[in-house]
Amino acid sequence: MPGRASPGGAKTNMTKICSLKEAVQHTVRDGDLVYCAGFTHLIPFAAGHEIIRQGRKNLTLARATPDLIYDQMVAAGCAKKVIFSYMGNPGVGSLRIVRAAVEAGQLEWEEYSHFGMISRLQAGATGLPFIPMKQTAATDLERNNPNIKRVKDPYGGKDVIVVPPLNPDVAIIHVQRCDARGNAHIWGILGEQKEAAFAAKRVIVTAEEIVEESVIRSDPNRTLIPEFIVTAVCHVPHASHPSYTQGYYDRDNAFYLAWDKISESPDAVRIWLDEWVYGLPDRDAYWKKLGPEVHKRLKISPRLAAPVDYGNY
Amino acid sequence: MADYSASELMCVHSARLLKDHDRVLVGVGIPNLACNLALRTHAPNLQMIYEAGVIGSRPSRLPLSIGDPTLVSGAAGVCSMYDLFTFYLQRGNVDVGFLGGAQIDKFGNINATVIGDYAHPKTRLPGSGGSQEIAAWADRCYIMTPHQKRRFPEKVDFATSAGYLSGRAQREATGVRGRGPLVIVTDLGILEPDETGELTLTALHPGATVEKVRENTGWDLRVRQDLRITEPPTEKELRILREELDPEGIHLKGGG
Repeated sequence: MPGRASPGGAKTNMTKICSLKEAVQHTVRDGDLVYCAGFTHLIPFAAGHEIIRQGRKNLTLARATPDLIYDQMVAAGCAKKVIFSYMGNPGVGSLRIVRAAVEAGQLEWEEYSHFGMISRLQAGATGLPFIPMKQTAATDLERNNPNIKRVKDPYGGKDVIVVPPLNPDVAIIHVQRCDARGNAHIWGILGEQKEAAFAAKRVIVTAEEIVEESVIRSDPNRTLIPEFIVTAVCHVPHASHPSYTQGYYDRDNAFYLAWDKISESPDAVRIWLDEWVYGLPDRDAYWKKLGPEVHKRLKISPRLAAPVDYGNY
Repeated sequence: MADYSASELMCVHSARLLKDHDRVLVGVGIPNLACNLALRTHAPNLQMIYEAGVIGSRPSRLPLSIGDPTLVSGAAGVCSMYDLFTFYLQRGNVDVGFLGGAQIDKFGNINATVIGDYAHPKTRLPGSGGSQEIAAWADRCYIMTPHQKRRFPEKVDFATSAGYLSGRAQREATGVRGRGPLVIVTDLGILEPDETGELTLTALHPGATVEKVRENTGWDLRVRQDLRITEPPTEKELRILREELDPEGIHLKGGG
C-alpha cells in the first residue's frame, strides 16, 4: 500500500481495517499531540473512550471546542495540555473539568480564536511555515500567546497576524461512510475534519458504515479524505454519541445537560467513567447499554438530497 | 409592567436592528431567536450564517448548539470553518454579527476570556470562539446582555474582542473593516457609542429609569439628550417567539 505507514508503523499490504482497540493501540502513544476533530458534529467519542480505557498519558489534546470528550479525557488523567479556542459545554454552559484544571494550574493550555486555531491547522495541512490573518484590533490574546505574532506586509499594507502550523501526531476523524482503504465521505457540518486529517502524521478514521469503493466513486465530490493519508479504518457505528452524525442520529442534548451535573462532582465523574467507559469493552456495548428509549429519541427521519448526475463519460 | 420577560424584550429589540437581505452571523440562544424572528417579520430575505460553516440556514426547530444538525438540513450551503472565516468573514461578506460576553466596557470592548489575571485565572471563561474576528470584520456588531453592574465595568479585565479600544480613533487606526459595536441591547434600555466611541444611554425600555440604568453600570454613564422610550414588543412578535420559535421557553423564560 503506497504512502503512509500502517498502524503497526511499517508499510504492509494488509487492509487498514481493524478494531478501534487495535487502532488506538498502534497509533496513539503517550505524549502525543492528538486532534479529535469535529465542530459539534461527528465528535469521535468512541475513540476518546478507547484512549481512556488504554490509559494513555501526557497527551496534548487539541480541538477548537474541547467539548465533553476532552472533559472526560482530562478527568481520566490522559492529558497534560489542551489547545483550544472555545472551552464550553456547547449550548449548556461551562466545561467544568477542563476549566477547573486550568484554574487550579493543573493543566497547561494554549489558546487561540477559532480563526487562529483553524488557521494553524490550515497551515499544517497545506505545508506552510505560517499563515497570515488580518488584524482584529484585539491584542490581549496575542500578548499572552507567543505563537501569535505580527509581521510586516511585504507589499506595504497593514501588519498581518501570523500563526505557525499545527501538525498533530494523530488526528481522529469520524465519518458517515468510507471504503476499506479510507476514502471518506462526510456531509453536514464540515468543521475542520479535512484540515486536521491532512495536518496530522497519522489518521484514524472511524465510520458509521464501511462501503464498497464503488459507493465512494459514485460521488467523488463528497470525498474529503483520500485513502493515502489514512492509517487505520474502523467500523464504529454510533461513534459520535452524545454528539451526532448528520442523517444517522441526533445530538443527545439530554446527555450534554446531564454532564453539566455529573461533572460538578469528581465522585460522580469517577462513577460515570467506571460505568460507561472502563466497564464496557467497546462502542457496541455502549450503544446497547444506552437502551431502546435513547435510540428512539435520537432517531431521525430521512431528508434525501436530489440526486446529481456525474454523466457516464 | 407588560407581560414579557427580559429575554423576550432583548430578543425583540435585537430583531428590529436587522434589515432585509442582511447577511448575519448568528449565535445560538437569544441571537438565534432574534434572527429567526426578523426572518418571520420584516426581513424575509435574511441570510443566516453560522460559524460552524452553514450559509443561508433555515432551522426548522430551535437549534440547541452552534452546530445543531437542523442548521444544515435545508440550508443554502455548507463550507469548512476555514472557508467561513476567510471567504465569508475576512473577505467582508458578513454584514452583522451578534456578540455577548461576561464583561462589556465603556468603549464596547468585550471580555469572554478571563476574570482576573490571564496566567492565573480567577474565573476562566470559554474564550473567543468566533467573536474576536466577528467583532473586527462584521460591518455592524450588536451586543445583547442583561444590564448588571458586574457586566459593565469601566474597563474589561481582558479584551477578547475589540470595541473602540480606548477611543474610536484607536480602532480606526488598526484598519479593521467593521464599524464596531453599534448598539448594545440590555433589559433596561439601549446603549450606543458617541463620536468618541464611548457608550451612552440612548433609549429606555418602558418602565426603566435612568437612575436604575446608571446604578447598574460600572462607569459614569452619560445620557443622550434626546433619550427615547422604546416601543414595547408587539403581540405578533411575542406570539412568534413563544409559539413558533421557543415553545418550551428554553431561552425566553429567563431574565436573560
